[in-house]
Amino acid sequence: MLPSRAGPAVVEVHDLVKRYPRSDANAVDGLSFAVAPGEIFGLFGPNGAGKSTTVGILTTRLRATGGRALVGGVDVGRDPATARAQLAVVPQHNNLDRALTPRQNLVHHATYHGVSRREAQARAAELLDRFGLAERADRRIEAHSGGMAQRLMIARALTHEPLVLFLDEPTNALDPQTRLLIWGQIRRLRERGVAIVLTTHAMNEAARVVDRVGIVDHGRLLTCDTPENLVRGLAGDAILDLTVTPAPTDDPDALRAALGELDGVRKAERLALPAGPADRRAGAGLPGGVRAGLAGAGGGAALAALAARAGGGGLAALAGAGRLGRNGAGTNGGSPVAGGRGRLRFRLHLATDPAALLGPAVTVLAGRSAAVNAVDVGEPSLEDVFIELTGREPR
Amino acid sequence: MTALDTPTPLRPAVRPRPRPGAGRVFAAVLRRDLMVTGRELWVILVQVGLTPLFMLFVFDTILGGQGIVGRDFAGLFLPGIIALAALTTALQSVALPLVKEFGFTMEIEDRLMAPLPTGLVAIGKLVIATVRGLLAAVLIYPLGALVVGSAPWRPAGLPLAFLVALLGAWIGGAIGMALATTLPVQRINVTFSVILTPIIWTGCIHYPWPRLTMPWYQVVTALNPMTYVSEGVRGALLPGVPHIPAWVCLSVLTGAAVALTWLSVRCFSRRAVQ
Ligand SMILES: Nc1ncnc2c1ncn2[C@@H]1O[C@H](COP(=O)(O)OP(=O)(O)OP(=O)(O)O)[C@@H](O)[C@H]1O
Ligand SMILES: [Mg+2]
Repeated sequence: MLPSRAGPAVVEVHDLVKRYPRSDANAVDGLSFAVAPGEIFGLFGPNGAGKSTTVGILTTRLRATGGRALVGGVDVGRDPATARAQLAVVPQHNNLDRALTPRQNLVHHATYHGVSRREAQARAAELLDRFGLAERADRRIEAHSGGMAQRLMIARALTHEPLVLFLDEPTNALDPQTRLLIWGQIRRLRERGVAIVLTTHAMNEAARVVDRVGIVDHGRLLTCDTPENLVRGLAGDAILDLTVTPAPTDDPDALRAALGELDGVRKAERLALPAGPADRRAGAGLPGGVRAGLAGAGGGAALAALAARAGGGGLAALAGAGRLGRNGAGTNGGSPVAGGRGRLRFRLHLATDPAALLGPAVTVLAGRSAAVNAVDVGEPSLEDVFIELTGREPR
Repeated sequence: MTALDTPTPLRPAVRPRPRPGAGRVFAAVLRRDLMVTGRELWVILVQVGLTPLFMLFVFDTILGGQGIVGRDFAGLFLPGIIALAALTTALQSVALPLVKEFGFTMEIEDRLMAPLPTGLVAIGKLVIATVRGLLAAVLIYPLGALVVGSAPWRPAGLPLAFLVALLGAWIGGAIGMALATTLPVQRINVTFSVILTPIIWTGCIHYPWPRLTMPWYQVVTALNPMTYVSEGVRGALLPGVPHIPAWVCLSVLTGAAVALTWLSVRCFSRRAVQ
């Protein structure tokens, strides 16, 4: 299903299959999707899902075992040389030409695509500037950090003005400034009608940029839709994360079951305690989420306010009594210690407004003499959808 | 869940961009290698010049001075050294960079992504290797003459010598490319010794082929393309010394060049697109 953008697809993939020699499973196993001009298509999947392999086939670096792929209307298997005139690729690894300086990398690349040397020089100068590389443009490539190399590779890909740009993990291991720069440039390309296919693990960050997402695992497309639809459709409307200290005698699974039985809870699951301070998720997920830290008295007040909004009088009373606050403050001067002893973390997938559920949830917990340490309220993120589809096991 | 959003039948395809002319792209790819080669000129000199020059020095100045080797040996040997320089320089100067470019960093990807048939990128590599091989041959001639103190000089034979050296360099490049794109990186060094050593010692660079007396050794040397390069250059510069006729050398070298070009381009393409 093509998005609203006009025009025929510039990338068409039909039942693509790739099996590497001496391998007994397909790395890409019947993949189909299409991308329109000016569309940003995200190809997300766990490690080894087949994303790079797909990009490799579409950019003519790998030969498909089966199926068909067209880029810019050209069959990549039948006429790879013409297909390469339509596209540019920034691979997952640094493949800059180390015998050349950054500027020469750009200039030579442009001339490989038929751009005249004079024009290539002009474009290189402009792109070096745009990507903040002008200062070191004539130094040896080895002296460049990972972030500079990545910017340079993107700049290089743009020197011949491709119709379709493939980015394999463009923001991997980059600092926030560089990531911002790169996302900005990606948006700018979209405005100019360039179609972009990108893979990334920074899904929540990418969700703000991509128009559509295909989630792949084991070489198959699990789903393909806009980020909004995916988040809405798969994971429910909202998420409530509770970090609690149960009564010493209580059983974690029984506690989870009790929470899961509450009205409006679709699913309750137990999460691992975060490795860092409990607000790690503020960056990692829950866009637009509300976090009510209960570490100190202020946290207690915040929870009271939340509960008041939900009309949970009982909760407000609880918070006011300082029962929750005491527990949080007692641990470590306010910041909840990672993996605080005896703590548990639950995630409730909700069908209703989280605020309405906060009261009942705390009531259940209070009824079992469990203390609440932290509450996170938020929308589920693309990452949650991803985990739900592909599981929690690392590959 | 299966792929429910497989694309609906598509409207007429986008109009593809024409690809730039192959000659223009080929020239751009060559230009890069020429530039890098130009910077490495002295590397070529050291890489190829040292061994043959030492050989000349030992065989002529030392052994000749002691009367162990005839004084006219150097004249016979120098054409072989020129031939050797052409073939082995080409071989090494394509193989070593290719191993690196196809290695961990995949630096060659940028050129493989040029809108040009992959086979032409491979041919470009052979062209550069040949240029380097010829350059080495041309440089070793006067340098060798300096070491020896004299050299066979026959202007009428130079075009033939050049043509033979060119074919020899092309063949060396093709062998190097085939090796570099098929062998696993860990085994490159070993294989180089295993391949290069017999090429050098059974290549008739030290002795004219017709004077060989052991029939089995004549067969072995006749199987080595290096032999025809040495014999061709020697015949062109020293027509008085017995040698394999020029037309035989040229035919065998042309045949070998065609076969090895096909083989090496195929190896390259299979490595480039998997
Ligand atoms: N050259 C190769 N030879 C054999 N198998 C390979 C090769 N390259 C990749 N594979 C296998 O194909 C599968 C897909 O790999 P691919 O690199 O496409 O995954 P990916 O989705 O890009 O993963 P990541 O997120 O780690 O980059 C993996 O199981 C991998 O082991
Ligand atoms: Mg990958």
